[in-house]
Amino acid sequence: MPRDLKRQDCLNAWFFMLPALLGLLFFVLLPFVLAVGLSFTNLRMGSPLPTEFVGITQYQRILTDTAFLHGLLNNTIFALIVVPVQTILALLLALLINQPLRGMVVFRTLFFMPVVFPLSLVAVVWVLLYAPGPQGTLNSLLEFITAGAWQPRDFLHDGAWALPAISLTSIWQGVGFQMVILLAALQSIPEELYDAAKVDGANKRQQLVFITLPQLRNALIFVVLVTTILAFRLFDQVQIMTQGGPRNSTTTVIYEAVRAAFASQQVARGAAMTVVFFTIVLLLTLLQRFLIKHEKAIE
Amino acid sequence: MRNRKLIASLFVYGFLAVIVLGFLIPIGMMVAGSLKPDERVLLEAGTLRGYLPAEMNLQNYRDVFARVPFMRYLFNSVFITSAIVVFGLLVNSLAGYALARMQWPGRDRILLVVIALMIIPLEAIAVPLFYEVTLLGWRNTYLVQIVPFIANAFSIYLFYTFFLGLPRELEEAAKIDGAGAWRIFFTIIVPNAKAVFAAVAILTFLIQWGSFLWPLMVTNNEDVRPLPLGIASFYSLPPLQWGDIFAFGVMMVAPVLLVFLVFQRWFVKGVATTGVKG
Repeated sequence: MPRDLKRQDCLNAWFFMLPALLGLLFFVLLPFVLAVGLSFTNLRMGSPLPTEFVGITQYQRILTDTAFLHGLLNNTIFALIVVPVQTILALLLALLINQPLRGMVVFRTLFFMPVVFPLSLVAVVWVLLYAPGPQGTLNSLLEFITAGAWQPRDFLHDGAWALPAISLTSIWQGVGFQMVILLAALQSIPEELYDAAKVDGANKRQQLVFITLPQLRNALIFVVLVTTILAFRLFDQVQIMTQGGPRNSTTTVIYEAVRAAFASQQVARGAAMTVVFFTIVLLLTLLQRFLIKHEKAIE
Repeated sequence: MRNRKLIASLFVYGFLAVIVLGFLIPIGMMVAGSLKPDERVLLEAGTLRGYLPAEMNLQNYRDVFARVPFMRYLFNSVFITSAIVVFGLLVNSLAGYALARMQWPGRDRILLVVIALMIIPLEAIAVPLFYEVTLLGWRNTYLVQIVPFIANAFSIYLFYTFFLGLPRELEEAAKIDGAGAWRIFFTIIVPNAKAVFAAVAILTFLIQWGSFLWPLMVTNNEDVRPLPLGIASFYSLPPLQWGDIFAFGVMMVAPVLLVFLVFQRWFVKGVATTGVKG
């Protein structure tokens, strides 16, 4: 190949790459580096004092800040509720919808529908479902189910119930997303595996345990990871439904970070909180990579 | 045997029907509530009457337009989201193609950077990004809600994996005919990659249409605020009138729901592609 043709190719490639690369550098990589850098300063927007390097002071402060620690704890509890419930429900729905029965597409549509609802709208609608007093939707439903034994409560203003209430709302909105991913994974399992199992006399339950679940392993790991990360990103529902209350029982890491940076202009403090958040996301991602690699090594 | 099968399938239908009913409660309440007098919405929230039509009228819908600039929010959402989708498709597909099919020094290192950036969620960089755009003087603009989200590492990765799988022969013939890289990309690659363009468009649309945290941080002016902030501020605008709020909600979600129902297969496929890498 002539030399200037090769140079032309190379130039073209850079033109193709450049717009995206500039965008990523300015709006992802630079802010990411800034997040780490700023977290070691005392930057405060609008402050007349000069910005100084303060070492790990911000980290020491946030790790003794009750609201932030509550946020970490709440994110963890939220993940511990949402991840197993949502994954099991999504798996169950995917398995049922994957049956060769008529009309399953309709069910798939209905379960997926909430995914196209913006979380802000979902949060507002669920505030009414959680309305206090006997005429609230959930209160009267529970009263009906327990034949009158249920004592109506104000879910979103009750320290013990507010976080589970937000969890239920999130599960409602998110389960369809997981279901669709698991359904696609189910449909990509080779039919021959089931044929072979049938020849060997395996019943439905054995097929589920020895073929379906192991074949779904990577999809399940992926779905669990994505949902766990989403759980640590929790913000919209909290902002609309509870503003972190009552008494910090629903505040989250991101809610506190935004409040620090935005409401009180403490950019450095907010940055330190998001660095803690990112460390959690990174550890979860590495864990996923390890689990998937680990499986490949066994094969 | 046939009987057992029938019972099993009846059980599946019954179980799914019960869950579907539970799923539809919030949506049914929103639609029914949007059509009836405000004071009855909360009153009937816990009764079956809450879902039955009674004294149906469109007063709540008229109230929404009288109380807040709904059309403005709608325009902002449509404008911001479509700008991100259109520019995003162009910029990210070009990058994905360069990484997958072109020979150039530095390619492998850039690919690693893209893959590494994929795991950084917006929340991890929101605070310094907020600081950055404040310094740029971009707050309260469309620009600040569009430009940072055009280039997207995950979209690039989806394009990259798709282009890797396209047969080489597609380009070879065109190259012999003397077509340049740009012509090959737009006349040969793009028409053969509709599935990945649709998937990326739908994923980007779903994420951006619901975007809440970022516009909340960088805007305080109704002129540039999108629908998700519109519903949140309408909800906190006294007097609290549930009928009006639900009417807002129905109008906010109806266009998306319609698009979803028409292009359902593509939505489901698009979402399923995110799991492929797992």
